[in-house]
Amino acid sequence: MYSEKVMDHFSNPRNVGTIEDADGIGEVGNATCGDMMTFNIKVDGDRLTDIKFKTFGCVAAIAVSSMVSDMANGKTLDAATAIPKKKVAESLDGLPKEKMHCSNLGAQALAEAIKNYEENRLEKPAGSQ
Amino acid sequence: MENVYMDHAAATPVNREVVDAMLPYFDREFANPSTVYEMGSRVRQVVEEQRAKVASLIGASPEGIIFTSSGAEANNLAIKGVAFAKQKKGNHIIVSAIEHHSVLNSARFLERMGFEASFLPVDEYGLVSPGRLMEAIRPETVLVSIMHANNEIGTIEPIYELSLVCREKGVMFHTDAVATVGNIPVKVDDLGVDLLSLSGVSMGAPKGIGALYFRERTRLMPLIHGGIQESGRRAGTENVPAIVGLGKASVLAAERLGSSEDSLRIQEMRNALVSGVQEHIEHSKYTGHPEKRLPGHASFCFEAIEGESLIFMLSQGGIYANTGSACASKALKTSPVLVAIGIPTAMAQGSIVFTMNNTNRSEEVEYVLEKLRQAVGKLRSFSPIWKEKQAA
Repeated sequence: MYSEKVMDHFSNPRNVGTIEDADGIGEVGNATCGDMMTFNIKVDGDRLTDIKFKTFGCVAAIAVSSMVSDMANGKTLDAATAIPKKKVAESLDGLPKEKMHCSNLGAQALAEAIKNYEENRLEKPAGSQ
Repeated sequence: MENVYMDHAAATPVNREVVDAMLPYFDREFANPSTVYEMGSRVRQVVEEQRAKVASLIGASPEGIIFTSSGAEANNLAIKGVAFAKQKKGNHIIVSAIEHHSVLNSARFLERMGFEASFLPVDEYGLVSPGRLMEAIRPETVLVSIMHANNEIGTIEPIYELSLVCREKGVMFHTDAVATVGNIPVKVDDLGVDLLSLSGVSMGAPKGIGALYFRERTRLMPLIHGGIQESGRRAGTENVPAIVGLGKASVLAAERLGSSEDSLRIQEMRNALVSGVQEHIEHSKYTGHPEKRLPGHASFCFEAIEGESLIFMLSQGGIYANTGSACASKALKTSPVLVAIGIPTAMAQGSIVFTMNNTNRSEEVEYVLEKLRQAVGKLRSFSPIWKEKQAA
């Protein structure tokens, strides 16, 4: 049912966890729908320096979160936001048709975290860090 | 440890003796049982012998057995067959909310054809109440269908009590006994049913064979029209090898069920699994009825994790079980059974079902418990909602 890549990211997910002093936090889905993801990010300048995720969901949801975190780490915020959903599924050597919506969730959660970072930055006066 | 298979509700291995019994009917005794020459009538006789074996397992007469392609077909034939045959008498049928899809969707199909269907609610254990059934029966009710046992939560329904209600009201009563025939003793007269579905899949016979029992003089509209096989109730050349497989599996099941030893051992393994989970895995719920349930059946919901992930993680350790999680269903819908017994959707996501039979061993239970604890712990460590749940 799942590709070897999916099973690898599911069994050994990269970047699981949370970041205590995260610069941005994104959350999508809810437990009632069956999938929920949180992404914590650390940002230096315009670059992502650390990403940690937690996922409640199926094999695909966990593998997608892991793959997105891996693909985005070290990238600029613009490049990370622009990661196409299709690319995530492709990098996992495909997902079953009924699981394609999971690939959207991962990219969405990361985009939310970046948005949250930008909001936080605007709220804080410059140089207060 | 090698593979530990605990998904016997989904499929059972076909016993070697059953395979051997079937083999001659593929190439040597291949004649069509409807032909008149000796070669064909020999096969006809074999088919009738199997009918008697299946009938004997459930305490029925052979004339009341129709071979079908599956338990699902038997359920379809019972529900649509009776509803269409009794159309002039009434247009209402009653099924429970936790029936197999082949019953639920047959009832929904009948609704589209102008019939009315009632879906009886169940209590938190999945039990149908005879009092509630009594209230639901109308003058125009022609059929009630309540399953003998539910595969997802293991609960065994009070079929005899429900049959008394039907008899009092003069309504036909069908039970889907796919989960029970071959696993616990089932006799049609003890249950008081007019129709009963069974399947080879759950009793060591091959896939692609099932049967419907019907009481004498039951009128049934066929689903498959054609020749007069199965006394005109189901057309199509008989699947002779599979029928032989079902016959042999019925004989073996009757022998097995004859001694209580096996059933006790299966129940002990189940109890060990249940108490192990209850003792070692916090925030878990044992679903279904604690006593009125199938002997080898253990079902749980684990909070803060999702069942499909759990099944895959266990399968990496060679353990095979099932889940009612929405993510594992092609339709991405939460199991109607778990919804009907009032499990919140988020919790229903963490469902897992173990079904054991006589081929399982107690060492396997120990191994499953160890791997299950690890898998649940690992998935919870990934889960954004676990800390909150744990604190609650």
